[in-house]
Amino acid sequence: MARLTMREAISQALWEEMERDPKVFIMGEEVGVWGGTYAVTKGFYDHFGADRVRDTPISEAAIIGGGIGAALTGLRPVAELMTINFAFSAMDHIVNEAAKMHYMFGGQMVLPLVIRTVGGGGRQLGATHSQTPDAIFAHFPGLVVVAPGTPADAKGLLKAAIRSNDPVMFIEHATLYQTRGEVPEGDYIVPIGKSTIQRPGKDVTIVTYSKMLELSLKAADQLAKEGIEAEIVDLRTLRPLDMDPVIESFKKTNRAVIVEEGWKSYGVGSEITARIYEEAFDYVDAPVKRVAQKEVPLPYNRTLEQSAIPNVEDIIQAVKEVL
Amino acid sequence: MEKKEYLDLYHQMVAIRRMEERAAELYQQGKIGGFLHLYIGQEAVSTGLIAPRTPDDRVITAYRDHGVAYNCGLSAREIIAELLGKATGCSKGKGGSMHMADVKKNYWGGHAIVGAHLPLAAGLALGDLYSKTPGVTICMFGDGATNIGYFHEALNLSKVWNLPVLWVCENNQYGMGTAVDRASAVSDIRKKADGYAILNDEVDGMDVLAVKEASAKMLEEIRAGGGPRFLEINTYRFRGHSMGDPERYRKADEVHRYQENDPIGMFRKYLIAAGIASEEEIVKLEDVIEEEVRDAVEFAENSPEPAPEELYTNVYFETY
Repeated sequence: MARLTMREAISQALWEEMERDPKVFIMGEEVGVWGGTYAVTKGFYDHFGADRVRDTPISEAAIIGGGIGAALTGLRPVAELMTINFAFSAMDHIVNEAAKMHYMFGGQMVLPLVIRTVGGGGRQLGATHSQTPDAIFAHFPGLVVVAPGTPADAKGLLKAAIRSNDPVMFIEHATLYQTRGEVPEGDYIVPIGKSTIQRPGKDVTIVTYSKMLELSLKAADQLAKEGIEAEIVDLRTLRPLDMDPVIESFKKTNRAVIVEEGWKSYGVGSEITARIYEEAFDYVDAPVKRVAQKEVPLPYNRTLEQSAIPNVEDIIQAVKEVL
Repeated sequence: MEKKEYLDLYHQMVAIRRMEERAAELYQQGKIGGFLHLYIGQEAVSTGLIAPRTPDDRVITAYRDHGVAYNCGLSAREIIAELLGKATGCSKGKGGSMHMADVKKNYWGGHAIVGAHLPLAAGLALGDLYSKTPGVTICMFGDGATNIGYFHEALNLSKVWNLPVLWVCENNQYGMGTAVDRASAVSDIRKKADGYAILNDEVDGMDVLAVKEASAKMLEEIRAGGGPRFLEINTYRFRGHSMGDPERYRKADEVHRYQENDPIGMFRKYLIAAGIASEEEIVKLEDVIEEEVRDAVEFAENSPEPAPEELYTNVYFETY
């Protein structure tokens, strides 16, 4: 197995799917001649040509609306939003069109659309370019929301997303692109809608996803040195949400910490916590803790920004509080 | 044009009028819920526009969509059944008045967010361009939609990519209750297409034959690879924006003035004066249409409600 960066894994999945199926094409801002603002589609334009790697104007509604229309004709567009912060300019098309059309027209409209985008803070981009609004998108039935935390999952889930006949928001994290991991070669598929155990343990359950998986794994390593074995459940897909591994783990550990980068209020952690109480109340030995972003727009200043985003120490502390 | 074609146009326009009149009654009886936007007065627009399309050509429109659905070949039965929310409706009773479609007839809805379907139309046209299939996408929208950002993003993209799309502004003079010149900096709406270097024209939307001719010409140009075209069709809606519109924004004699130019009445007169059909033939046809709509209402009223489990079907295509 090759050790690839997240960037390489995503790029490989896109490349292989485009080679496999001529109906797959990419459209978005700077995806072609530029090679992608995060260099994920570097080399694609020269290899696949301008018809299949389509540079768009700065028109988010047209990118997503156009992607929906093309998907309705049976194509499999990967429509890219340069960052998830720009998704708000296309919110109507994501929420009122993509998420609704299959249902609203009685099943006759089929949308094999992938919306590739990237979120997350920590790069001093200021309040408008640093958000983690994943939970907002996960609120809507009809939308699939995927957010991988490892290069292997990124490859396998992106392939699954491209082959799915539903609209999928595929949310990458800007500070994970350099993260390396083992990535299976060839046609490697990770099923959508399946949470997984990324680290086994018996003392406490940490539920997380995307960038916070990396931090949670570091926290678990440090806790292990103190004899605390944390089990880490990686959600991978936020909707449809697979709670089985979470509940199974919780029934064993009876304690949980939910770690997300987005804001705590109305967030992923709120949902997971509620579900634990609803589905496994008899197993609760301590109040479930949530680790999340401070309730402020992210500031530019590096120190201030870092203090607003969850870190390894926050996770360790939360774990100790539930033990 | 053959006699049959003339009578077919007349059939479609009258059927839409009768359907809409029955829909208004059904709404007043409480059998139709939600919003109901009637097409009365605008029948010549979609009838003339869609008449020259080939089966490859796609049609997409806004929420005033019952008439367009009929012109695309949906039956009065499945249209009325959808209005009543029945399982036999074209969207299985899940869409309602504003969300009618039939993909098999290349009719892509029925979209209720003003202007939001214009980018979708660009995407449908991209589908044909990408797949090298011969279809042209006909995208209808109201004058009000030309003030929202989606309109500008979609028109720009269509020109940049030379998409096979016919943009059709159905100018009925009011966006809800706001007159065009109160809402649009440029009240000559077709001029907005100039801003995107899209060739454009306008036509009298009360004259079904003129609309048909203008549509045929533009579809031909687009099919030949000429890229997008823009057609402004001037019309007038005889009824309120939706049921329950108090109509404080216009005077009754303005409505009456337009009603004197009723597109159906004028076409009827033309058919007789030009010797295309006799009064007797037309009355016979009108009886047939009356029966068609009566049957559709009966069918819809006798159709079953959607099964309870339909609540949970079609949220996703896949099983996860």
